Amino acid sequence: MRDVRLATDPFDPNEELRRFSHTCGDAGGIVSFTGLVREEAGSEVEALELRHFEPLTLPGMTDLAARAEAHWPLTGTLVLHRVGTMEPGDAIVLVACAARHRRDAFEAADFLMDHLKSRAWFWKREKTACGWRWIEPRDADHSDLARWTAVP
Amino acid sequence: MALTLLFLGKLEDVAGAGEIALDIADRMSLPAIAERLDPELAVAIAAPDIRIALNGTLVAAGEVLAGDGDELAFLPPVSGG
Repeated sequence: MRDVRLATDPFDPNEELRRFSHTCGDAGGIVSFTGLVREEAGSEVEALELRHFEPLTLPGMTDLAARAEAHWPLTGTLVLHRVGTMEPGDAIVLVACAARHRRDAFEAADFLMDHLKSRAWFWKREKTACGWRWIEPRDADHSDLARWTAVP
Repeated sequence: MALTLLFLGKLEDVAGAGEIALDIADRMSLPAIAERLDPELAVAIAAPDIRIALNGTLVAAGEVLAGDGDELAFLPPVSGG
């Protein structure tokens, strides 16, 4: 079971995960990761906006999920990503991988997140009292990818 | 007779809009298109880390030949989800 989606409105990660867990057949375990807009005391960030490019973003996410499924024996893959304007505390991304054995699920979820963070077609900007500012790529995102060179 | 130019991410700020329609008569190469733009924007889209999509498909800058009804998107490095 593969479910790859872009969400233009807020989603409830718990509800999504509950629904996903019912579709995973004979999974021995499900590993999930939920990314949130950071909610830090004293943070100046009022809002975060994610932009995408329709012809590439979702197809790229689907290819990525297929790559994970080809490498790890998964019984289910969920990749759900927000676009649009979000506030601190909002869910940005939910990745879940179901497998017979836990290590496959952990590794596949880790692989999906590293690639979503550095390769997926998203552009991010944040709003502070000074206005909107585009976020530049981080070097760490690229070193994270180097962990997965053995995955075709 | 228009070519649609899309500017993603920080390029939108340089362009002053996410989308610009360019009136054109014939199909044009990228250098010819850049000549029609504000010099600052022309330099920004020529940077080596800018990817280009013609009608939703990634193409090399040298392969661009775009005309009426086409959509040319300029994609700066992604900033992660």
